[in-house]
Amino acid sequence: MTALIETRHVSKAYGTFRALEDVSIGVHEHEVLSIVGPNGAGKTTLVNLLTGLTVPSAGEVFFMGRSIAGIGPTELADRGVARTFQLIQIFPKLTVGETIATAVISRQRKRWRMLSRLANDDAIESRVRAVAQAFGLADRLAARSETLSQGEKKLIDVASALALEPQVILLDEPTSGVSTADKHRIMRTLIAAARQAGVKAILLVEHDMDLVAAYSDRVIALAEGRVLANLPPTAFFADPTLIETVVGKRRTR
Amino acid sequence: MKVSAAALVAGIGIGALALLPALAPPYYASLMIPFFAYAIALLGFNLLFGYGGLLSFGHAMFLGFGAYGAAVMSGVLGVRHFEAVLVVVTLAAIVAALPIGFFCVRYVGIFFGMLTLAFGMLFHSFLFKFYHLTGGDSGMRVPRMKLVGLEFAPYNKIELLAGPFYYYCLALLVIAGLVMWRIVHSPFGLHLQAIRDNAQKAEYLGVHVRSMRLAAFVISAGFGAVGGVILGFRIGLADPELVYWTHSGHLVFMAVLGGFSNFFGPIVGALAFTLLQDQLQSLTQYWRFIMGAILAVLVIGFPNGIAGIVTDLRDQSARKNVP
Repeated sequence: MTALIETRHVSKAYGTFRALEDVSIGVHEHEVLSIVGPNGAGKTTLVNLLTGLTVPSAGEVFFMGRSIAGIGPTELADRGVARTFQLIQIFPKLTVGETIATAVISRQRKRWRMLSRLANDDAIESRVRAVAQAFGLADRLAARSETLSQGEKKLIDVASALALEPQVILLDEPTSGVSTADKHRIMRTLIAAARQAGVKAILLVEHDMDLVAAYSDRVIALAEGRVLANLPPTAFFADPTLIETVVGKRRTR
Repeated sequence: MKVSAAALVAGIGIGALALLPALAPPYYASLMIPFFAYAIALLGFNLLFGYGGLLSFGHAMFLGFGAYGAAVMSGVLGVRHFEAVLVVVTLAAIVAALPIGFFCVRYVGIFFGMLTLAFGMLFHSFLFKFYHLTGGDSGMRVPRMKLVGLEFAPYNKIELLAGPFYYYCLALLVIAGLVMWRIVHSPFGLHLQAIRDNAQKAEYLGVHVRSMRLAAFVISAGFGAVGGVILGFRIGLADPELVYWTHSGHLVFMAVLGGFSNFFGPIVGALAFTLLQDQLQSLTQYWRFIMGAILAVLVIGFPNGIAGIVTDLRDQSARKNVP
């Protein structure tokens, strides 16, 4: 099976500090792949490489067979990879509808239409409604993003990324800042909506082992810039020393 | 704001402006010419500031470009058709703004502001020092031109400004307003606002952040040049003071005075500034003191400007009513 996104023998050094060392991973179709590891393991560097933000010091990064090393966020979005951030990212003054429309405009390649009325564009309008519907935000289209609840802000953040109709979406701690009671509900909504939007694979960067266990098809554990394990969740969680390395510090807290 | 409400506001405004020459003395009608010039320039300025989140401190350079362009076209090259001058100078300003914008939009916030200020000062120095080309501090003459091919020979300058040219400028403002309305309500306009609110998020949603900022920059330069051509025609002179940084400051003042978060805010600001300046200057030589005080009160009490006062008061009373 060929990978949608993959790194081949990727290393990344910042001066003398080696953030990643010979990392080869692949994200396959119909897969939720979790990347876990303690702070400083290289998760952020790996994510930045996978999203074309940084260029590897050695090795290559491919998306659907084409190199994406350092192509940058905009080009990445055009090619079909979306991402969200750990900290909620919204457009405070834009409404829910406008936020989703921002992505739909990119997707439909209408960004340079300077004199056509957005309000009269039925193709954009119907797409915005469909995305909002999938996230239960259909009756919030006219609400300004800054007035939404924290949970709704998270939803609109992910909804706008999915409105790009990406092949792959990278979710960086999607439930951070959401109450424990809500995290599974949000997670289920996100994964269901992603599938509905035609996303072929989901990359999840997560600290919360409950979520990793519940939703991943495969777990990649990083430690000190290297791949420590690349296993299905059952095998991963059956290895106590592995868990200790990855979340040891957190457990003692 | 709904289209119908905006259309109503615009309709009342245009109606009032259309009646003004018939009701007010010619002095006031000719006083409105700078208002038209600033209103058009500020529509562009606010695409950059209110919609794009980039505050330029050198925008007067484009008004100056417009005025000097008019002087070169009509005075030096002998083109006496106002429309031709307007079109050529506006296009030239857009071309000239490309390299300037290319450097400026690589920065945001205070750095963008300082860089635009620097380019403005450079242009000012050029106009001031290259005497043999630009006339230095005495500037360049902008001769009278034909409007829509008509000479209007029987009219003296004041009559021309208060009559035909007044309506000409009103028409230009209406056209500029319609074009800008379309731009801010287009897909491009939405992407620009997304950049203003959160550039990082916008990038990941496929927004071309830098090239859209550049596009907004050159469009605003074009609108600024239109305003400059009008100012040059009115004064009959293009002089370096038009480009001086205090003039850029006036543009910022007008945008804040009127309210940059409202489409009509800058137009209201241009009107309020023009009238205030005229009244205060005739009252006292310390008019800048009063202007400063007004600005301070507005920024503290009504950050959304004159156009936002109604909504600010509504929000405040709504907050008070919360138990």
